[in-house]
Amino acid sequence: MSARDRILGKLKASMPATAPALPAVTSWFATHRVVESAADKASRFKTCIELAHAEVHAVTPANWLTTLREVLRSKALERILVSEETTHGCAVLEEFPLHGIDCQTYDMPIEAWKTEMFRQTPASLTAARAAIAETGTLILWPDDAEPRLMSLVPPVHIVLLDTTKIYNTFFEAMTAEGWKDGLPTNSLLISGPSKTADIQQTLAYGAHGPKELVVLMLAKDEQ
Amino acid sequence: MSEHILEFKPAEGFRARSKAVVDNPFLRQSFRGAMDFLMSKRAAQFPDAEELESLRTLGESIRQYNLAKLPTLLEQLEANLTRNGIKVHWAETPDEANAIILGICHERRAKLMVKGKSMVSEEIELNHAAEAAGIGALESDMGEYIVQLANEKPSHIIMPAIHKTKEEIARLFADKVEGVDYTDNVDALIQIGRNVLRQKFLEADIGLSGVNFAVAETGTLCLVENEGNGRMCTTAPPVHIAITGIEKIVEKLEHVPPLLSLLTRSATGQNISTYFNMISSPRKPGEKDGPSEVHLVLLDNGRSQAYADEQLRKTLQCIRCGACMNHCPVYTRIGGHAYGTTYPGPIGKIISPHMLGLDATSTMATASSLCGACGEVCPVKIPIPELLMRLREEAFSAPHANPAMRGQGAGYSSLISAVWRGWAAVYRSPALYGVATWLGSRFAWLMPSKQGAWTSVRVPLKPAPKRLRDLLKERG
Repeated sequence: MSARDRILGKLKASMPATAPALPAVTSWFATHRVVESAADKASRFKTCIELAHAEVHAVTPANWLTTLREVLRSKALERILVSEETTHGCAVLEEFPLHGIDCQTYDMPIEAWKTEMFRQTPASLTAARAAIAETGTLILWPDDAEPRLMSLVPPVHIVLLDTTKIYNTFFEAMTAEGWKDGLPTNSLLISGPSKTADIQQTLAYGAHGPKELVVLMLAKDEQ
Repeated sequence: MSEHILEFKPAEGFRARSKAVVDNPFLRQSFRGAMDFLMSKRAAQFPDAEELESLRTLGESIRQYNLAKLPTLLEQLEANLTRNGIKVHWAETPDEANAIILGICHERRAKLMVKGKSMVSEEIELNHAAEAAGIGALESDMGEYIVQLANEKPSHIIMPAIHKTKEEIARLFADKVEGVDYTDNVDALIQIGRNVLRQKFLEADIGLSGVNFAVAETGTLCLVENEGNGRMCTTAPPVHIAITGIEKIVEKLEHVPPLLSLLTRSATGQNISTYFNMISSPRKPGEKDGPSEVHLVLLDNGRSQAYADEQLRKTLQCIRCGACMNHCPVYTRIGGHAYGTTYPGPIGKIISPHMLGLDATSTMATASSLCGACGEVCPVKIPIPELLMRLREEAFSAPHANPAMRGQGAGYSSLISAVWRGWAAVYRSPALYGVATWLGSRFAWLMPSKQGAWTSVRVPLKPAPKRLRDLLKERG
């Protein structure tokens, strides 16, 4: 008999005859979390993620590239990793080289350029799939265009967030989007730059992931 | 790094180890300060008592629901992980788990394994097994890295290096990390760790991690962390091995948000951790990074014993937040190493006897004042004080057939048992009680002035010259 069969056998022999009632998750959230307006969600998201040390800028489709350039200039960054398979990545690729900013693309498997990724990639731009107001959290589903390491290895991670895609809670995000019916290879919640308090409870940023997290909150141009 | 400085024999040496900590003002200050910090951070996260209570009730019901279906859910998890391309392994003992992990390493001719924080890997002593097999196992959580550099073990399940001051860490880095000068600036120390470990993430053949929640319906492994080393270990190396206890399973994805909220708020007082990393498959065709192989090792190691008993099963509700130790007056004074087990504090006292047997841990449950703080803060309402009473009963009652626990009766003494039986008889009978107290008041002068541990810090006990019933009689 295998270890598997022995473990399952022992557990099955002592499994309770009747299962307890289904946990009332939906009703708990309905009674304990408020549903906010779009403006309130955006402002709660901003407050929470700023408390976690992220830098937030409000941008519009017309000015986000300029803001992004200013962010890079303020941090003396002259290179940025973008995707050539996304609209926002292509917009950067088209414009930034003209301003003397070097654009890297994630156009081959990591094995071909792992050392360069770890040593010579100071910043990256990815989109967020959505966000969560309650905890100031970005939701990322890395994919072929914007792979997993893109939001992890570069010391500065810049995220473009469509402010119409902010959920009240994590629970709302996963149920509204039907996550249980199919999750990608990796899905991520990111709520600030990498940090640790492992030395004498003193908070330090930039433990292993990005030292800085910049969020560009994209809203429609003002009418 | 292989040197085994701390020898773990829980039942032996507990007194000596705890005395050493109590006698050390620096360590006491470290623990007191750290626990006060964590308690106030947690309290600030739960300003609304009703919300906390109802969320704890929900957390408890989620854990109990999933435990009730545990074997079915394990099969469902295995089927869905396998469908997603993640290989599932089962281990009954730490040795089996180590053999599985090292087998995967050998197959890949691996030289270096980078590790994210995993208490289960501590439980199986993976680092020593890897070292013995010629594979470097490097801890990458900052606290774990510090503890490993110092040849020590974690003293807290969430904050492993809580017993160390920044000056000690500064000296440690200056001694052990090449090309590093002494600095006790915390930011500088973290950057030193970052630079050393980034190089290792780049080189490593294997990434090892724990699991906070395994979701059966989707076949997903969830990891909670702040540093990003967990994401590094599970993304940068070509192979990812996750290891977890069989109990960390939930049926539905929607069970995760309440447990995640309880976990991070109870553990470190954060409304959410910096990263919540959900892994459902290895790298798919077309994807440009991530490991091409993902494995999950499911470890029993005594958990099925706890599962078999309705009361003891509640031990498995634990989500490993550490709030019970943060609020424990005993843990705060003696720290994590004194217990001599992988899991210290109240949760350690109730889970370790299942892993190590009561013969090795018979006195652990007695290191408690039963103040109840652990049970009050537990985010999934494990009745820890009741379980401590039960474990005392299991350890000290006369050995009997079909015991619920390995090592039942290990602490049994026929003399002590006879004394208690006599005590019970005296207190049940007014006549016997009268005789006993009369003898006590008459022969009080026979009481020795040295009464063992009692008189080491207190004046001797002496029966009063007149009994309460005599005094009352005199009053009329």
